[in-house]
Order: sequence, then structure tokens, then C-alpha cells
Amino acid sequence: MTSNKVEQGAFYPRDHEWQPKAYTPWYRTSILRSPQKPLLRLDSTISEITGPVFGHNILGQLDDDLTLNYAKNGESALGERIVVHGRVLDERGKGVSNALIEVWQANAGGRYRHKKDAYLAPLDPNFGGCGRTITDVDGYYAFRTIKPGPYPWPNGVNDWRPAHIHFSLFGAGFAQRLITQMYFEGDPHIGLCPIVNTIKDDAAIDQLTAKLDMNNTIPMDARAYRFDIVLRGRRSTKFDNRLEGN
Amino acid sequence: MHELDPLKESPSQTAGPYVHIGCMPNSIGNHGIFEEDLGARMVNEDTKGERITVRGRIYDGTGTALKDAMIEIWQADSNGLFNSPSDTRGEADPNFAGWGRQPVEPETGEFVFETIKPASVPAPRGRTQAPHISFWIVARGINVGLNTRMYFPEEEAANAADPVLGSIEHRSRVATLIANREGSTYTFDIHIQGENETVFLDI
Repeated sequence: MTSNKVEQGAFYPRDHEWQPKAYTPWYRTSILRSPQKPLLRLDSTISEITGPVFGHNILGQLDDDLTLNYAKNGESALGERIVVHGRVLDERGKGVSNALIEVWQANAGGRYRHKKDAYLAPLDPNFGGCGRTITDVDGYYAFRTIKPGPYPWPNGVNDWRPAHIHFSLFGAGFAQRLITQMYFEGDPHIGLCPIVNTIKDDAAIDQLTAKLDMNNTIPMDARAYRFDIVLRGRRSTKFDNRLEGN
Repeated sequence: MHELDPLKESPSQTAGPYVHIGCMPNSIGNHGIFEEDLGARMVNEDTKGERITVRGRIYDGTGTALKDAMIEIWQADSNGLFNSPSDTRGEADPNFAGWGRQPVEPETGEFVFETIKPASVPAPRGRTQAPHISFWIVARGINVGLNTRMYFPEEEAANAADPVLGSIEHRSRVATLIANREGSTYTFDIHIQGENETVFLDI
């Protein structure tokens, strides 16, 4: 913590070679849901450098514990018990504090609690599949859950998603808004997945692959996976804007 | 040398068809985890400003409305202030967060926000931005969330002076960012792909 000064610098441009392209035809739904015309490049204005920031008062006691937050009293979700933890950083390596993280996932059998999921695997009556937390002053977060199962989906004739947890993140500015997916080290489905492969760079895919973290396991309780997340960085100079408008 | 080698932003991935589970569980009947879905209500009786409804649909490249998208909006209050620590010009209306989140209706694809009309906000180099609402759209098939803006049709002079609208080279496309108005209801349809493709922003 070097200073509490509010940062108002413009965000670094997004690297579109590193990020997935909009049109990735092997992920079929993207074919009709991708713009064909170029994006209009916009320098950060106050509409982009600002964004909603959430206080810890929105959090319930069990919001960060998916093994318990939908379970009946005294019961818990079925599956491999895990802790997922890490830091939210920006591209300068600074911890992002007060970042709201929302997660959602299938249960241990690969079934989602959603009326549109008709997969044969059963629901777990003690698992809802959603949680949220807010990073501390250093950008650190942790939540407890069960490891989700892989599941089939209608894309190619026999495509299976790797085990994954969806992550939604808010930074300090609306331009940092990010939704991504976390994968698990060693999963052989990762290399086969059309959604993973919307990302062209192996190092970028590796950035979404959480590592088994034996040092942070809880003996006789839960394994741990480490997953750091990077949001866009920003210039340190105040953005070029006469805020008083004169 | 380490400082010259910045980290890379985590790659985006699609929100998928089940985004509601995590971001708006009550909207699909998954009750009991979060009391209320975040961003579902933007105004209360103490919110200052002119009440408006913003509605619309999001169309794919065949003209079919998306039935599984999620939309977030971000806007200034009725004085042009953002409810964000990054806006240091003054205190925004404490009864207006400025941020909203809605699913599209699963049968019709319609989204609806009950909000207030924002005032104009400053632009770089002493200019002024016309009143606008920032949109962020995620869905199955969208690999990186799409950013756009909605402007107000009655703000002709402000729109003409707006630096973002002014930077659109192909002038026929400016109209894709301007809502249609009927009373206090604004319809803002978004076309992801094709003939009337909405201008999306690389913010």
C-alpha cells in the first residue's frame, strides 16, 4: 500500500491478439454472435474509468462457501472438496482491492442448477453452484467449493467441456469488467475444448489453468487450487479531462 | 527491468448459457443464496431525476433475438456524477448506484431497465459528452463482452457535439447508438451482426 490516492489514469488498451477473437467458428454459437465490423477505439473517458464498487455489507455469511450455502442444515455438497484462492492483480502487478468476484459452476457430476440444463446427470440437492466474495486490501480472495465435473454440450457431435468454474470480476472502472473461466491443472479436456481454443496463445490458456496448491490444502478436509486473475492496468497519470468542465 | 514487463490481462471466456446461476440466481428461481440479485433495482423513491424505462432486444446475425444474454448498464446520475470512488468531482446521488444488471426475458428476448435519465458528463480537452448510458453485453457465443452506448434522440445538439459519436467515420452508423423514444420509454435494439450492426466500442 503506497498511497490511498484515487487512480484516474486511462486503461491500457486491450490486447486483442491475446484475448479471444469474436468470430471463432469452431465454437459454433460465435458465428452469428460476432460483430463483423471493427470496434470503435475509444480513449478512456470518465464513463470508462469509473465503475461500481461494492462494499462487504452485500456479503452473506456463507456467500464464499458453495459447499454449504445451498445445503440443508448439517449437510454439505457432494464432491471433491476444494479451496480456490489467489489474488486479483492489474497488469502492473498491483493488487486490486474491493474487487467483487462472482463464481458459478456445475456440480460434481457436471450438472447445472438451471432449468435449461437437461443433462442426464442428477442435481445435488445440497449444491446451488453460485458464490461471491470481495478481495481484501492486497487483492486476495478465497472461496470453498467442490470440484465441478466435465459435461457434454451440443457443439461438435462429441464435445465435452473441461471441469471449469465461471468467474465474473469488477475492478475500479467499468472498462475492467471481465468474465472468464478457470480450468484445472492436468485436465485432458482442456486441449480439446473449442471454447478454450478461442484463445490462440498457450500461455494465455495457461493463465486460466489453476494449479494444485498442496501448501494451502486443509489436511483431512480440502485440497487447494491457486488461481490469480489479472485485470487491465492503467496509466499513472490522471486522464486528460477537465473534470470541472471549464 | 521487471517493471517494464507488465502482466497480461486474463483472457476473457464466454459467460455461457447459465450465467444467471452466478449473477442473478433469483431470476431463474434459485432462491435462498442471495437475498436479491445485484443490480436488479436501480431506483428508489428518493432517487433524484427523471424516471425512464430503457428496453430493447439483442439480435444475432439472422435477426433472431438472443434469449440468454445478460446486460449491465453504467451511467451518471441526474447531475452528471458517477457513484464511484474514481469520480472525485463531488458526491453522486446516494440513492442511485448508476449500475444495473438484467437478463433478457427467456421467451421474448426483451430486456428492461427502470432508471433515470443521466446528465451530460465531461470529455477530454474541455469538451462535453452528450447524456449516454454505457452497455456491456455477455452471452453464450460472445467470447469477450461487447461494449456500446445508448444516446437520447431528443438531445440533438448535445449528440452533434459528442466526441464519441463524432468519431464514427461512417456517419450512417451513428443512428445505431440512438434510442427511439415514446414518452418516458426508450427502445434501444442492439444488432450484433449484419446490415444494421450496432457500433461496438473498444473502450
